[in-house]
Amino acid sequence: MNELSLHILDICQNSIKANADLIEIIITEDTTNNIYKIDIIDNGSGMDKKTLSEVADPFFTTRATRNVGLGISLFKMAAEMTDGSLEITSTINEGTKVSTIFQYNHIDRAPLGDIEDTLTILILNENMIDIYYKHIYNNKIYIFDTKEIRKILDGIPFTNYDVIMWIKNNIKEGIINIHKEESI
Amino acid sequence: MKSLDDLKRIRDAAQNKVQMRGKNDGTRILVGMATCGISAGARPVMNKFVEKIAEYNLDKITVTPVGCIGECAIEPIVEVLQGEDRTTYCRVTVEGVERIVNEHIIGGKVVLDYVIGKYRL
Repeated sequence: MNELSLHILDICQNSIKANADLIEIIITEDTTNNIYKIDIIDNGSGMDKKTLSEVADPFFTTRATRNVGLGISLFKMAAEMTDGSLEITSTINEGTKVSTIFQYNHIDRAPLGDIEDTLTILILNENMIDIYYKHIYNNKIYIFDTKEIRKILDGIPFTNYDVIMWIKNNIKEGIINIHKEESI
Repeated sequence: MKSLDDLKRIRDAAQNKVQMRGKNDGTRILVGMATCGISAGARPVMNKFVEKIAEYNLDKITVTPVGCIGECAIEPIVEVLQGEDRTTYCRVTVEGVERIVNEHIIGGKVVLDYVIGKYRL
Protein backbone atom coordinates (compact mmCIF):
# COMPACT_ATOMS: atom_id res chain seq x y z
CA MET A 1 0.00 0.00 0.00
CA ASN A 2 1.70 3.14 -1.20
CA GLU A 3 -0.78 5.74 0.07
CA LEU A 4 -1.68 6.57 3.65
CA SER A 5 -5.32 6.83 2.61
CA LEU A 6 -5.27 3.12 1.66
CA HIS A 7 -4.09 2.28 5.18
CA ILE A 8 -6.85 4.48 6.58
CA LEU A 9 -9.43 2.59 4.53
CA ASP A 10 -8.03 -0.68 5.82
CA ILE A 11 -7.99 0.37 9.48
CA CYS A 12 -11.54 1.73 9.21
CA GLN A 13 -12.75 -1.68 8.04
CA ASN A 14 -11.80 -2.89 11.52
CA SER A 15 -14.02 -0.19 13.02
CA ILE A 16 -16.89 -1.26 10.80
CA LYS A 17 -16.39 -4.89 11.86
CA ALA A 18 -16.52 -3.68 15.45
CA ASN A 19 -19.99 -2.25 14.72
CA ALA A 20 -18.98 1.38 15.02
CA ASP A 21 -21.54 3.85 13.70
CA LEU A 22 -19.22 6.83 13.89
CA ILE A 23 -15.63 7.00 12.73
CA GLU A 24 -13.56 10.13 13.22
CA ILE A 25 -10.51 10.58 11.06
CA ILE A 26 -8.27 13.44 12.02
CA ILE A 27 -5.21 14.33 9.97
CA THR A 28 -2.79 16.86 11.37
CA GLU A 29 -0.04 18.24 9.19
CA ASP A 30 2.28 20.28 11.35
CA THR A 31 5.15 21.35 9.14
CA THR A 32 6.73 23.53 11.86
CA ASN A 33 7.30 20.54 14.10
CA ASN A 34 7.79 18.13 11.20
CA ILE A 35 4.83 15.97 12.26
CA TYR A 36 2.23 14.16 10.16
CA LYS A 37 -0.37 12.62 12.43
CA ILE A 38 -3.35 10.41 11.71
CA ASP A 39 -5.94 9.64 14.37
CA ILE A 40 -8.72 7.17 13.72
CA ILE A 41 -11.32 7.06 16.47
CA ASP A 42 -14.39 4.84 16.49
CA ASN A 43 -17.24 4.12 18.85
CA GLY A 44 -17.23 0.38 18.16
CA SER A 45 -17.11 -2.55 20.51
CA GLY A 46 -13.52 -1.99 21.65
CA MET A 47 -11.00 -4.62 22.70
CA ASP A 48 -9.82 -6.09 25.98
CA LYS A 49 -6.22 -5.82 27.13
CA LYS A 50 -5.26 -9.25 25.83
CA THR A 51 -6.59 -8.65 22.30
CA LEU A 52 -5.05 -5.19 22.29
CA SER A 53 -1.62 -6.65 23.00
CA GLU A 54 -1.97 -9.03 20.05
CA VAL A 55 -3.32 -6.86 17.23
CA ALA A 56 0.02 -5.66 15.90
CA ASP A 57 1.12 -9.27 15.46
CA PRO A 58 0.78 -10.25 11.78
CA PHE A 59 -0.35 -13.70 12.83
CA PHE A 60 -3.26 -12.39 14.82
CA THR A 61 -6.69 -12.07 13.21
CA THR A 62 -10.28 -12.59 14.26
CA ARG A 63 -11.07 -14.02 10.84
CA ALA A 64 -11.84 -17.65 10.16
CA THR A 65 -11.00 -17.76 6.45
CA ARG A 66 -7.28 -17.17 6.90
CA ASN A 67 -4.86 -17.01 9.79
CA VAL A 68 -2.93 -13.83 9.14
CA GLY A 69 -4.04 -10.24 9.70
CA LEU A 70 -1.82 -7.62 8.20
CA GLY A 71 -3.81 -4.39 8.38
CA ILE A 72 -2.42 -2.92 11.57
CA SER A 73 1.03 -4.46 11.10
CA LEU A 74 1.40 -2.78 7.72
CA PHE A 75 0.24 0.60 9.01
CA LYS A 76 2.61 0.31 11.95
CA MET A 77 5.47 -0.51 9.61
CA ALA A 78 4.64 2.50 7.41
CA ALA A 79 4.88 4.73 10.49
CA GLU A 80 8.03 3.14 11.88
CA MET A 81 9.80 3.49 8.54
CA THR A 82 9.66 7.25 9.11
CA ASP A 83 10.84 6.98 12.73
CA GLY A 84 7.22 7.41 13.76
CA SER A 85 4.93 5.21 15.79
CA LEU A 86 1.50 3.63 16.02
CA GLU A 87 -0.40 3.43 19.26
CA ILE A 88 -3.77 1.88 19.98
CA THR A 89 -5.96 2.57 22.97
CA SER A 90 -9.27 0.83 23.43
CA THR A 91 -12.09 0.46 25.93
CA ILE A 92 -14.65 -2.31 25.76
CA ASN A 93 -18.05 -1.03 24.61
CA GLU A 94 -16.71 2.48 24.12
CA GLY A 95 -14.42 2.31 21.15
CA THR A 96 -10.89 2.30 19.85
CA LYS A 97 -8.40 4.97 18.89
CA VAL A 98 -5.51 4.34 16.52
CA SER A 99 -2.95 7.15 16.62
CA THR A 100 -0.16 7.18 14.09
CA ILE A 101 2.66 9.65 13.92
CA PHE A 102 4.96 10.08 10.91
CA GLN A 103 7.91 12.33 10.35
CA TYR A 104 6.53 14.89 7.92
CA ASN A 105 9.51 15.29 5.63
CA HIS A 106 10.89 11.76 5.91
CA ILE A 107 11.66 10.28 2.50
CA ASP A 108 9.71 7.13 3.36
CA ARG A 109 6.59 8.96 4.50
CA ALA A 110 3.97 7.93 1.96
CA PRO A 111 1.67 10.61 0.53
CA LEU A 112 -1.93 10.72 1.72
CA GLY A 113 -3.20 9.93 -1.77
CA ASP A 114 -6.84 9.86 -2.78
CA ILE A 115 -8.47 10.24 0.61
CA GLU A 116 -11.76 11.22 -1.07
CA ASP A 117 -11.94 7.71 -2.57
CA THR A 118 -11.34 6.18 0.85
CA LEU A 119 -14.07 8.29 2.43
CA THR A 120 -16.66 7.61 -0.27
CA ILE A 121 -16.05 3.87 0.01
CA LEU A 122 -16.58 4.12 3.76
CA ILE A 123 -19.79 6.08 3.19
CA LEU A 124 -21.05 3.45 0.73
CA ASN A 125 -20.65 0.75 3.37
CA GLU A 126 -23.77 -1.24 4.12
CA ASN A 127 -23.70 -0.37 7.81
CA MET A 128 -24.33 3.29 6.97
CA ILE A 129 -21.80 4.71 9.36
CA ASP A 130 -21.20 8.38 10.01
CA ILE A 131 -17.82 9.79 9.11
CA TYR A 132 -16.28 12.87 10.62
CA TYR A 133 -13.15 13.90 8.72
CA LYS A 134 -10.96 16.74 9.89
CA HIS A 135 -7.84 17.76 8.03
CA ILE A 136 -5.55 20.31 9.64
CA TYR A 137 -2.71 21.88 7.68
CA ASN A 138 -0.84 24.12 10.12
CA ASN A 139 -3.56 26.66 10.98
CA LYS A 140 -5.98 25.81 8.14
CA ILE A 141 -8.78 23.35 8.73
CA TYR A 142 -11.11 21.41 6.45
CA ILE A 143 -14.00 19.45 7.97
CA PHE A 144 -16.29 16.96 6.30
CA ASP A 145 -19.12 15.57 8.41
CA THR A 146 -21.70 13.12 7.06
CA LYS A 147 -24.12 14.19 9.81
CA GLU A 148 -24.23 17.69 8.33
CA ILE A 149 -24.67 16.31 4.82
CA ARG A 150 -27.40 13.96 6.02
CA LYS A 151 -29.38 16.94 7.34
CA ILE A 152 -29.25 18.65 3.96
CA LEU A 153 -30.05 15.48 2.05
CA ASP A 154 -33.33 15.10 3.92
CA GLY A 155 -33.83 11.39 3.31
CA ILE A 156 -32.04 11.09 -0.04
CA PRO A 157 -29.54 8.25 0.50
CA PHE A 158 -25.78 8.59 0.14
CA THR A 159 -26.01 5.80 -2.41
CA ASN A 160 -27.32 8.35 -4.87
CA TYR A 161 -24.39 8.63 -7.25
CA ASP A 162 -24.76 12.35 -7.85
CA VAL A 163 -24.46 12.80 -4.09
CA ILE A 164 -21.36 10.59 -3.96
CA MET A 165 -19.71 12.50 -6.80
CA TRP A 166 -20.51 15.80 -5.07
CA ILE A 167 -18.96 14.52 -1.83
CA LYS A 168 -15.84 13.38 -3.64
CA ASN A 169 -15.32 16.71 -5.31
CA ASN A 170 -16.05 18.60 -2.11
CA ILE A 171 -13.39 16.70 -0.17
CA LYS A 172 -10.86 16.95 -2.96
CA GLU A 173 -11.27 20.69 -3.37
CA GLY A 174 -11.46 21.27 0.38
CA ILE A 175 -8.09 19.67 0.94
CA ILE A 176 -6.50 21.44 -2.02
CA ASN A 177 -7.80 24.74 -0.63
CA ILE A 178 -6.26 24.42 2.82
CA HIS A 179 -2.90 23.71 1.20
CA LYS A 180 -3.19 26.40 -1.45
CA GLU A 181 -3.91 29.36 0.80
CA GLU A 182 -0.87 28.53 2.85
CA SER A 183 1.53 28.76 -0.04
CA ILE A 184 0.35 32.15 -1.35
CA MET B 1 -15.75 24.77 -4.82
CA LYS B 2 -18.63 22.33 -4.80
CA SER B 3 -21.11 24.33 -2.74
CA LEU B 4 -23.92 23.21 -0.47
CA ASP B 5 -26.32 24.79 -2.94
CA ASP B 6 -25.15 22.27 -5.52
CA LEU B 7 -25.89 19.51 -3.03
CA LYS B 8 -29.38 20.91 -2.44
CA ARG B 9 -30.01 20.90 -6.18
CA ILE B 10 -28.94 17.25 -6.34
CA ARG B 11 -31.27 16.49 -3.44
CA ASP B 12 -34.23 18.21 -5.09
CA ALA B 13 -33.60 16.40 -8.36
CA ALA B 14 -33.37 13.08 -6.53
CA GLN B 15 -36.58 13.66 -4.63
CA ASN B 16 -38.40 13.63 -7.92
CA LYS B 17 -37.07 10.20 -8.74
CA VAL B 18 -38.00 6.99 -6.98
CA GLN B 19 -35.08 5.92 -4.80
CA MET B 20 -34.08 2.41 -4.04
CA ARG B 21 -31.91 0.63 -1.59
CA GLY B 22 -33.61 -2.75 -1.81
CA LYS B 23 -31.48 -5.75 -0.97
CA ASN B 24 -32.59 -8.01 -3.79
CA ASP B 25 -33.88 -5.51 -6.23
CA GLY B 26 -31.77 -4.72 -9.30
CA THR B 27 -28.04 -5.33 -9.49
CA ARG B 28 -25.67 -5.49 -6.57
CA ILE B 29 -21.94 -5.15 -7.05
CA LEU B 30 -19.77 -6.30 -4.16
CA VAL B 31 -16.10 -5.35 -4.05
CA GLY B 32 -13.73 -7.11 -1.65
CA MET B 33 -12.22 -4.37 0.49
CA ALA B 34 -10.11 -6.11 3.14
CA THR B 35 -6.33 -5.70 3.48
CA CYS B 36 -5.71 -8.11 0.61
CA GLY B 37 -8.21 -6.41 -1.69
CA ILE B 38 -7.01 -2.90 -0.89
CA SER B 39 -3.36 -3.75 -1.51
CA ALA B 40 -4.25 -5.45 -4.79
CA GLY B 41 -6.03 -2.33 -6.04
CA ALA B 42 -9.67 -2.71 -4.98
CA ARG B 43 -10.13 0.95 -4.17
CA PRO B 44 -9.62 2.33 -7.70
CA VAL B 45 -11.73 -0.59 -8.96
CA MET B 46 -14.67 0.27 -6.72
CA ASN B 47 -14.19 3.89 -7.52
CA LYS B 48 -14.41 3.22 -11.24
CA PHE B 49 -17.73 1.41 -10.74
CA VAL B 50 -19.11 4.44 -8.91
CA GLU B 51 -17.90 6.79 -11.64
CA LYS B 52 -19.27 4.65 -14.46
CA ILE B 53 -22.67 4.29 -12.79
CA ALA B 54 -22.83 8.04 -12.26
CA GLU B 55 -21.65 8.70 -15.81
CA TYR B 56 -24.20 6.38 -17.43
CA ASN B 57 -26.86 7.37 -14.91
CA LEU B 58 -27.68 3.71 -14.30
CA ASP B 59 -30.64 2.89 -12.08
CA LYS B 60 -31.13 0.14 -9.54
CA ILE B 61 -27.48 -0.61 -8.96
CA THR B 62 -25.68 -0.58 -5.66
CA VAL B 63 -21.92 -0.87 -5.18
CA THR B 64 -20.87 -2.05 -1.75
CA PRO B 65 -17.48 -2.70 -0.15
CA VAL B 66 -17.33 -6.09 1.55
CA GLY B 67 -14.75 -8.15 3.45
CA CYS B 68 -12.45 -10.93 2.32
CA ILE B 69 -13.75 -14.27 1.06
CA GLY B 70 -10.42 -16.03 1.57
CA GLU B 71 -9.05 -15.97 -1.97
CA CYS B 72 -6.56 -13.22 -1.27
CA ALA B 73 -4.19 -14.24 -4.07
CA ILE B 74 -6.70 -13.40 -6.81
CA GLU B 75 -7.95 -10.07 -5.48
CA PRO B 76 -9.42 -7.62 -6.43
CA ILE B 77 -12.56 -9.75 -6.39
CA VAL B 78 -15.85 -8.35 -7.61
CA GLU B 79 -19.19 -10.12 -7.37
CA VAL B 80 -22.14 -9.12 -9.51
CA LEU B 81 -25.51 -10.23 -8.15
CA GLN B 82 -28.57 -10.06 -10.36
CA GLY B 83 -31.58 -11.87 -8.95
CA GLU B 84 -30.47 -15.50 -8.57
CA ASP B 85 -27.38 -15.05 -10.73
CA ARG B 86 -24.04 -14.54 -9.08
CA THR B 87 -20.92 -13.85 -11.11
CA THR B 88 -17.54 -13.75 -9.42
CA TYR B 89 -14.79 -11.81 -11.14
CA CYS B 90 -11.22 -11.79 -9.95
CA ARG B 91 -8.02 -9.86 -10.62
CA VAL B 92 -10.23 -7.05 -11.79
CA THR B 93 -8.48 -3.96 -13.08
CA VAL B 94 -9.81 -0.49 -13.78
CA GLU B 95 -9.99 -1.45 -17.49
CA GLY B 96 -11.83 -4.60 -16.43
CA VAL B 97 -14.46 -2.47 -14.71
CA GLU B 98 -15.23 -0.68 -17.95
CA ARG B 99 -15.75 -4.02 -19.65
CA ILE B 100 -17.89 -5.41 -16.82
CA VAL B 101 -20.10 -2.32 -16.84
CA ASN B 102 -20.40 -2.14 -20.64
CA GLU B 103 -20.60 -5.84 -21.50
CA HIS B 104 -22.20 -7.37 -18.41
CA ILE B 105 -24.26 -4.77 -16.54
CA ILE B 106 -25.47 -2.99 -19.67
CA GLY B 107 -24.99 -5.69 -22.32
CA GLY B 108 -26.09 -8.66 -20.20
CA LYS B 109 -23.11 -10.82 -21.21
CA VAL B 110 -20.63 -12.15 -18.65
CA VAL B 111 -17.03 -11.01 -19.25
CA LEU B 112 -15.28 -14.39 -19.44
CA ASP B 113 -11.77 -12.93 -19.29
CA TYR B 114 -12.19 -12.08 -15.62
CA VAL B 115 -14.42 -14.85 -14.25
CA ILE B 116 -13.00 -16.77 -11.32
CA GLY B 117 -13.08 -20.08 -13.23
CA LYS B 118 -10.09 -18.92 -15.23
CA TYR B 119 -7.98 -19.05 -12.08
CA ARG B 120 -9.73 -21.52 -9.79
CA LEU B 121 -11.74 -24.51 -10.95
